[in-house]
Amino acid sequence: MKKIYADERWCLGCGLCKVYCRTSHSKTKDIIKAHKLEDPKPVERLHIETGDVMNFALQCRHCDDPKCVQGCITGAMQKDPVTGVVTNEAERCVGCWTCVLVCPFGAIVRDEGKKKIAAKCDLCAQTGEPECVKHCPNNALIYEDRGDGK
Amino acid sequence: MSLNLVWPDFLVERDENRCIQCEVCAKQCANEVHRLDKDTGLMVSDETKCVDCHRCVAMCPTRALKIRVNDLEFKPNANWSGDLIKEIYKQADSGAVLQSGMGNPKPYPVYWDRMVINASQVTNPSIDPLREPMETGVILGRKPPKLEFDKNGRLLTKMPPQIKLDVPIMFSAMSFGSISGNAHEALARAATALGTLYNTGEGGLAREMYKYGPNTIVQVASGRFGVHPEYLNAGAMLEIKIGQGAKPGLGGHLPGAKVGDAVSKARMIPKGSDALSPAPHHDIYSIEDLRQLIYSLKEATDYLKPVSVKIAAVHNSAAIASGIARAGADIIAIDGFRGGTGSAPTRTRDNVGIPVELALASVDQRLREEGIRNEVSLVAAGGIRCSMDVVKAIALGADACYIGTAALVAMGCHLCQTCYTGKCNWGIATQREDLEKRLNPDIAAQRLINMVTGWKHEIDETLGGMGINAIESLKGNRLMLRGVGLNEKELEVLGIKYAGE
Amino acid sequence: MIKEGLTRIPSGCAISGILNRKGERFSGETILTSIEIMHDRANGLGGGFAGYGIYPNFADLYALHIFYDDAGSKDQTDCFIKGHFEVEAEERIPTRKVKEIGKSPLIWRYFMSPKPHKIRESELDEQEYVARCVFTINREYKGAYVFSSGKNMGAFKGVGFPEDIGRFYMIEEYEAYLWTAHGRFPTNTPGWWGGAHPFTLLNWSVVHNGEISSYDANRRFVEMYGYNCTLMTDTEVITYIIDLLVRKHGIPLTEAVNIMAAPFWREIELMDDENRKKYEAIRSVYGSALINGPFSIILGFEGGMMALNDRIKLRPLIAAEKGDNLYVASEEAAIRIVCPSPDRIWSPRGGEPVIGFAEGYK
Repeated sequence: MKKIYADERWCLGCGLCKVYCRTSHSKTKDIIKAHKLEDPKPVERLHIETGDVMNFALQCRHCDDPKCVQGCITGAMQKDPVTGVVTNEAERCVGCWTCVLVCPFGAIVRDEGKKKIAAKCDLCAQTGEPECVKHCPNNALIYEDRGDGK
Repeated sequence: MSLNLVWPDFLVERDENRCIQCEVCAKQCANEVHRLDKDTGLMVSDETKCVDCHRCVAMCPTRALKIRVNDLEFKPNANWSGDLIKEIYKQADSGAVLQSGMGNPKPYPVYWDRMVINASQVTNPSIDPLREPMETGVILGRKPPKLEFDKNGRLLTKMPPQIKLDVPIMFSAMSFGSISGNAHEALARAATALGTLYNTGEGGLAREMYKYGPNTIVQVASGRFGVHPEYLNAGAMLEIKIGQGAKPGLGGHLPGAKVGDAVSKARMIPKGSDALSPAPHHDIYSIEDLRQLIYSLKEATDYLKPVSVKIAAVHNSAAIASGIARAGADIIAIDGFRGGTGSAPTRTRDNVGIPVELALASVDQRLREEGIRNEVSLVAAGGIRCSMDVVKAIALGADACYIGTAALVAMGCHLCQTCYTGKCNWGIATQREDLEKRLNPDIAAQRLINMVTGWKHEIDETLGGMGINAIESLKGNRLMLRGVGLNEKELEVLGIKYAGE
Repeated sequence: MIKEGLTRIPSGCAISGILNRKGERFSGETILTSIEIMHDRANGLGGGFAGYGIYPNFADLYALHIFYDDAGSKDQTDCFIKGHFEVEAEERIPTRKVKEIGKSPLIWRYFMSPKPHKIRESELDEQEYVARCVFTINREYKGAYVFSSGKNMGAFKGVGFPEDIGRFYMIEEYEAYLWTAHGRFPTNTPGWWGGAHPFTLLNWSVVHNGEISSYDANRRFVEMYGYNCTLMTDTEVITYIIDLLVRKHGIPLTEAVNIMAAPFWREIELMDDENRKKYEAIRSVYGSALINGPFSIILGFEGGMMALNDRIKLRPLIAAEKGDNLYVASEEAAIRIVCPSPDRIWSPRGGEPVIGFAEGYK
């Protein structure tokens, strides 16, 4: 399946991926309104490891055998059998944070805006084109199928 | 401590309605202009450090930023501009020579913009480049005075080494050290894809770049940085740098801060030491010395590669070029006063040298008067900004053009002229690893290829419009140009007529 | 009115050429008939002819044809001529009054040979000596213009339709084995007889239809080798290129054609190694001799005739053969009117020359 891979040679740690991730998961899909108007503010579903020189953006790996899905007490966390994308069903999530604890990458964030929901990268499932990849200014994020994962 | 009289050059304007406090500007400014104020939760800017490189403007996802020239006003004075006053304050503070990057920004006349180009109407047809062949390839190198054939039409003359270019545009010399390794990588890849050459500049050549050898011009400058036999044989062409348009009469200067491991290795100098190229080559004090060096290089490369000599455009360029041609150079490159640099004394950059348009015209004319123009190739450099400058240069007499600034701009440069600080926010004129990675060679090479390809198509259209389908028929074809806004003497030096004639 | 040579005058035209390959001479009436039918291609502002073999009695002498503005110009030029040549005969070129032809200059011809001691002093070969004398007269003697300078050949030209010019010079009374003709359609009014075609130098004559876009590149190239393009016409620069390549550089005419109408790079790339290197060298060394833009030319020389089109054939050129005769012209009508049923008639490809040699003269 196609996944997002970070190229640490080119990541600048600028944070634009976070800005666009939030916008992608906002109600209005407008950058300014998403950040200044919307309440609750949308959360980004990736974090950036930064160093003096090397940086990279890390998001959900959509594992073959997702620990978060195993650990989910309500069955909200699911891996789509066809696309392989792991998503969290907001209505069913009770905010127990088991998935947060269990993810080996720390890729799940706590969205405590209104209801407590575990938020994670969904490869921008609505558009099919991950916004972080689209807007990375330096080709540091690549969306392709490298043959790992179903 | 005395009062700081030097006011900021620029003002940062932030539209608070658009700013989302994402801090991208803060993270991306190597000059540390922007930061998030914890107390107010708003972004603030220290404009004293801003150099107007537009990195923050380009990166801001909501286009909330604008940089403006600080219009701090003085009592009107036609003689003393604010810039001159500030430059005195700086020198009063430091006692140092003022430094600048890039080419002469002063408002001298730009002759490219005062020449217009012909097109065919009725009396001969224009040619449609979409439907007919349009040849923009050029061949550089020394030519024999004539060719000899046997009675069956077979060529008897042995040709000296020639270089074929698919476009009449090459990338100008920019040293590794003044620009980053990623920038060189991008230039080398683009040159290979475009069927042209890039120039190492005076910084030597890293081993990893030898693979681009067939598209490389290796330069031998006064500091002889990185010059050894393998280096000389690594490229397709050699170039002796006598001078550079941005700083005629001076040598190069790379601050020690920009000399890291890689630069040290390529240049064969100690890490952290200033790389100061001498003003002259200390083995070229007269024209016959140049002849000796040219032939030394030819010996070292078995006479297999053409040797170019690059000079800055100065007052007696015509006579100098004639001497260089007779000294055995195969190609002569003339760099006008608009040529760029990573670092030059401001006063030299702005006051020394002449425009390449005039130098090119007079060199071409002089070589023709002496009957030797056909034996060497001429390359024009120094402020070639667009495809039409290339067309006009060829009509004046050049075989091809070098582009430096234009190539850097294609890669993202915004001409902030602070290359010498080594803090280039675009990853071009820096050796800092964290900044260099901002220039991804995949992206940069593609941008260079795109730009030159676009220029080539424009050249095709313009040639076709003139009824020409091979660029050698434009070379020296001065009747294809007319002047507008030029006086008699300028027309005479350029060798063109006035529009309407 | 700016005289030709101070400004470029583009023009469209008509050309025609007839060669008898056996060297048998025929009357100028034939070529006159041929060019006359192409009347509409000209506009009466220039016409001319070149004939080869017209002076059998003076075959070894240079026949100079000269225009003089007035008697004073002639006197001055005569000093120069007699200082450099032994003149066997000189006379006005006989003409008849034709009402369509306006005021003409004085038209003289001289049959002469270079003074031997002058040639020795100059250390030049005979042809170069004559060429330089012609350049000197044209450059320095105002009011005099040498318009023909070959042996046993001559140009006849002026301002008027070619058929009228032909009658003016009475060319029906001359016999030549090669005749070429030209009718001119310039876009302003030169009014100067010297500007008509053909342009000649020594035994070369060139008539040309078209306007070359490479003119100034070509001019600035040949001027490096001692030629002065005083007329600023395409025909002049083309003639000088041919003279430079063939006479001075010793390149065979067939190769000179490959230089002036060189093949495209995409053709060169498909050639075998040897030819590819040859054409790369040609385009590299002689790029400034490439003639770009529309042209069809007929080159006359003592050994025959060559017709050539630009490489994308932007001007018409038809060729035909009948028996010993070779015909080339801008229009088929111009051939058929003198040769109603040729053995072969064809349209040469762009860049491919049509060459005919005259027996006994090469």
